[in-house]
Amino acid sequence: MDNSNLPSYLEYKGKYKGIFAWIFSTDHKRIGLLYLYSIMAMFLVAALLGLLMKTELIAPGKTIMEAKAYNAVFTLHGITMIFLVVVPGIPAILGNFFLPIMIGAKDVFYPRLNLLSWWLYIIGAIVAISSQFMGTGSPDTGWTFYAPYSFKTQSNILPALIGAFILGFSSILTGLNFIVTMHRMRAPGMKWLKMPLFPWTLYGTAWIQLLATPVVGITLLMVVAEKVLNIGFFDPTLGGDPILYQHLFWIYSHPAVYIMILPAMGVISEVIPTFAKKEIFGYNAIVLSTMLIAFVGYFVWGHHMFTAGMSETSLFAFSFLTFIVAIPSAIKIFNWLATLYKGSIMLRTPMYWAVSFLFVFMIGGLTGMVLGALATNVHLHDTAFVVAHFHFIVFGGLGFAFFAGIHYWFPKIFGRMYDEAWANTGWIIFFMGFLTLYFPMFLLGIQGMPRRYYDYVPEFHSTNIISSFGAFIMIAGLIVIIINLFRSAKKGEKAPKSPWGGKTLEWTIPSPPPLENFEEIPEIK
Amino acid sequence: MEDSEHKIVSFKTYGLVLIALIIFTLFSVYVTRLDLGNFSIAAALTIAGLKSILVFSIFMHLFYDKKMYALMVLGVLVVMTIVLIITFLDYGY
Ligand code: HEM
Ligand SMILES: [Cu+2]
Repeated sequence: MDNSNLPSYLEYKGKYKGIFAWIFSTDHKRIGLLYLYSIMAMFLVAALLGLLMKTELIAPGKTIMEAKAYNAVFTLHGITMIFLVVVPGIPAILGNFFLPIMIGAKDVFYPRLNLLSWWLYIIGAIVAISSQFMGTGSPDTGWTFYAPYSFKTQSNILPALIGAFILGFSSILTGLNFIVTMHRMRAPGMKWLKMPLFPWTLYGTAWIQLLATPVVGITLLMVVAEKVLNIGFFDPTLGGDPILYQHLFWIYSHPAVYIMILPAMGVISEVIPTFAKKEIFGYNAIVLSTMLIAFVGYFVWGHHMFTAGMSETSLFAFSFLTFIVAIPSAIKIFNWLATLYKGSIMLRTPMYWAVSFLFVFMIGGLTGMVLGALATNVHLHDTAFVVAHFHFIVFGGLGFAFFAGIHYWFPKIFGRMYDEAWANTGWIIFFMGFLTLYFPMFLLGIQGMPRRYYDYVPEFHSTNIISSFGAFIMIAGLIVIIINLFRSAKKGEKAPKSPWGGKTLEWTIPSPPPLENFEEIPEIK
Repeated sequence: MEDSEHKIVSFKTYGLVLIALIIFTLFSVYVTRLDLGNFSIAAALTIAGLKSILVFSIFMHLFYDKKMYALMVLGVLVVMTIVLIITFLDYGY
């Protein structure tokens, strides 16, 4: 099977020229790159907003912005990071690029729907961000849009809600596409239990995208209806129930955190065996725990509402279920560790990211247990502790896995190697900055510093200085990483077919792959 | 890719299902007049559930298609049912 004579997907000439050859391309690889660039742009904007917040918090009182501006900044930061970066994140970029290749297919099942998803992403992004520039001021509700504040606020919340609604469709269609692709297009001989683990986690994710996203879509529309038509869903003065909003919101948004983390676990499950030069330990257990996480993840949303006012039965049930859902994640950790055990470990950049993922992900998960326990939650809810928890698990989990994946597959995507020394330098700076930034926030939370305020009492000052200092280090690391990748995509050494000796199908085709990946669909034995 | 056979469902079957759906709709209006207390929501959901089973299995061909698809839809319904049950734990009866 030698198709190295075909032009690569980066070079071939189609119907359109120039930029149109990209934005109207239905090739899953080009769409993956479209997502890569658009999501990266969003990520950089939101990261800058984060840096602004940390600068504000470097000293008590007003430092660089007023309270109102701070509220707007954390809202835009949250909306952008959640809806525009981490929810599409790995499935849309790495999933689009590698899912078809890893199951031995020429493309996804619905290539045009795939392109439509990207367009919806762009339209949703524009609508959401337009809220900053039109009307009555930037939204200030936080990314959660909690009722009743979200329809009382004078700020321009409607475009943000409608933008998030449109983005939901992008996500649903990607999920649908992936499910059908995996059911219908696996190469002959690739039984379900022979499918690589990254596609498996995308499968679990796709079901969550398909089932949970409509709930938030409807909920956001209900807020719009309430605001525009005065229908009483959530406003007590109209006969509504504000707690209902929280239920509906978290019925989506807790499963959504698994939309974020499952594909990340998939990436790690590819990187670790490759660089330990061993088969993954307990393949079946990982598959099973993936599906269990996707399933049980639907039933724990109430842990975000422990202090909002619920019956004792509910409190008990949600706390119990929250502890249950940690089990499948722990199973995976043990599988990864067992894979490393007695492996012949190759310490290259993706592996550095993967092992540091294990470290930060464990801290994130274990502090989740602290929050899931009823008694401790009362003290820690809405403090900096929660912010530290989910940054460890979302940024630490998904972010680190993304960087592991982008370095791992970089040679395949661009056909060139990245500069290893710079990549490792970027990693260590980023990792140190990350810990310096977020670890102190656990302490601040335990001491009682609330989240979402631009000011704090003087007792918290010294810890905040450390944390803000960490933010600057981390951004410095990020700059090194991104410049290195950009430069290497243009100037790096030519990459061989399989630089790491990976076992999955993408390493059997040229780097970068030709338009339809395989000349002949491979048979799996 | 396999080609799934399409079973042709007779016009009469569709007509009967349509009539059944209309009757169920009338019935669900009727039950709102009865005072069933806590069970009024359950009654409405049960009727709606029966209607959707008809739509899924006949109009959307789940009944005639591979069992895999029926299983997938069933899974979705199970998730939804559990979500509803947990939500209602919050109501003290
Ligand atoms: C062992 C697993 C986990 C447990 C037990 C857990 C538990 C919790 C709890 C109880 C809260 C609510 C804290 C509060 O507001 O009082 C919370 C918040 C949060 N968690 Fe987790 N979590 C886990 C894993 C994850 C994962 C995997 C992600 C995402 C990838 C995640 C993302 C979040 C986010 C974004 C919030 C904050 C939402 C907000 O209020 O803005 N968590 N977690
Ligand atoms: Cu949660």
